[in-house]
Amino acid sequence: MKVELEADKCVASGQCVVAAMQVFDQDDDGIAILLEEQVGPGLVDDVREAVAVCPAAAIRLVEQ
Amino acid sequence: MADTVTGPIPEAPDAVPEFPMPRADRCPFDPPPALKELQEQGPLTKVRLWDGSEPWLVTRYAEQRALLGDPRVSADTDSPGYPTKASPEAGEGKLSFIMMDDPEHARLRRMVTAPFAIKRVEALRPAVQRIVDGLIDDLLAGPRPADLVEQFALPLPSLVICELLGVPYDDHAFFQDHTKTMVHRDATPEQRGQAGREVAAYLAGLLGKRLADPREDLLSSIAGRVTAGEIDHRQATEMALLLLIAGHETTANMIALGTHALLQHPDQLALLRETDDPALVASAVEELLRYLHITHLGRRRAVTEDIEIAGQVIKAGEGVIMVNEIANRDPDVFPDPDRLDITRDARRHVAFGFGVHQCLGQPLARMELQVVYGTLYRRIPTLASAVPPEDVRFKHDAFIYGVHELPVTW
Repeated sequence: MKVELEADKCVASGQCVVAAMQVFDQDDDGIAILLEEQVGPGLVDDVREAVAVCPAAAIRLVEQ
Repeated sequence: MADTVTGPIPEAPDAVPEFPMPRADRCPFDPPPALKELQEQGPLTKVRLWDGSEPWLVTRYAEQRALLGDPRVSADTDSPGYPTKASPEAGEGKLSFIMMDDPEHARLRRMVTAPFAIKRVEALRPAVQRIVDGLIDDLLAGPRPADLVEQFALPLPSLVICELLGVPYDDHAFFQDHTKTMVHRDATPEQRGQAGREVAAYLAGLLGKRLADPREDLLSSIAGRVTAGEIDHRQATEMALLLLIAGHETTANMIALGTHALLQHPDQLALLRETDDPALVASAVEELLRYLHITHLGRRRAVTEDIEIAGQVIKAGEGVIMVNEIANRDPDVFPDPDRLDITRDARRHVAFGFGVHQCLGQPLARMELQVVYGTLYRRIPTLASAVPPEDVRFKHDAFIYGVHELPVTW
């Protein structure tokens, strides 16, 4: 599955990094960056959690 | 005839409930029973505030998240219909970007997000562990009983935010006392205004020093934005004031109220005391954030365009109040919500709010609470309340809920 991140919506809460550290990181200002665009079954649940807890609705998980 | 009744018969005083409602005696950790009843009745209801205004109270998780994430709601206290917590003092300043909307909110917030990034916060964990160990050493070396608030819960986050901002910790009594006044609901507007102005003047002085002589701290970084012409002195001072207050008062209340809650739930306390699993400690932090809720007066917004939600239309110019405490007890999201269970997955709680204003310092708060909950009860396994639970005084009268003091022994 594909992860989409709209970084201009990010409010630097860091919630995605806590939920899915292998998929998300933060730049020097705390704004989210995507480490993996394609995620396999092992990481999908973590990304779903990140989608759910992102306060700015900046993350989407897209079926391919 | 003169005494003929014409027109509609005046209704009896209607049943719009007053907000905030009192908690039940002996249930200091639970939301007010009246709030839970309103939640059972539906997701939206009108309430009456201190000034007679009647904003909407939003009682359920899904609707709270939807509204807090909606760009048609405004956090600007000057927006028509904004439900204020208390009478503001004329000319009172704003607490920086938490009382602003995008794009200005985002512009200012992004100036101070860097130190709260997860990796930066994790790098502080060993220093926070040393502070916690030192405070516990002092506690154990001192007399019993001791007040956990004064000797542990308040010093820890104050020391950490002082270090981060570059505020001398020696001045802690000054800003802690003034913060107490600023968050005290029964303080007069003049008293709150005066306390805020004194801390603001103090921080303005420190910012002036950092402008002339920058260091490696957040105040210097804010001062740098002034030098660059991105913000003025007043904006810089408001930003520093927000970070100082939000950085110590909230976490302090979570430490003391959380410890009191655990002492009243010995089975849960035992789980924490006997674990060395960081995942269980992290889970306990999320559950205590869900179960307790210190911002009990709710997140408040004004609606700027009509919003249709849950079969209602909230009109432009109406206020909305999201009491996250009740959303965190929504049975549709958290089964058996009134049970404290540190093993449950509570990560989707909204204790830090939701939407673009969600707490900026949450990674720091989480890390401090993880260190505290993972250390205090293991180091002092016999920790016990020194007074019966009914003698503990709760901050019903403050904007931020907690305990005034927590006498403990061991």
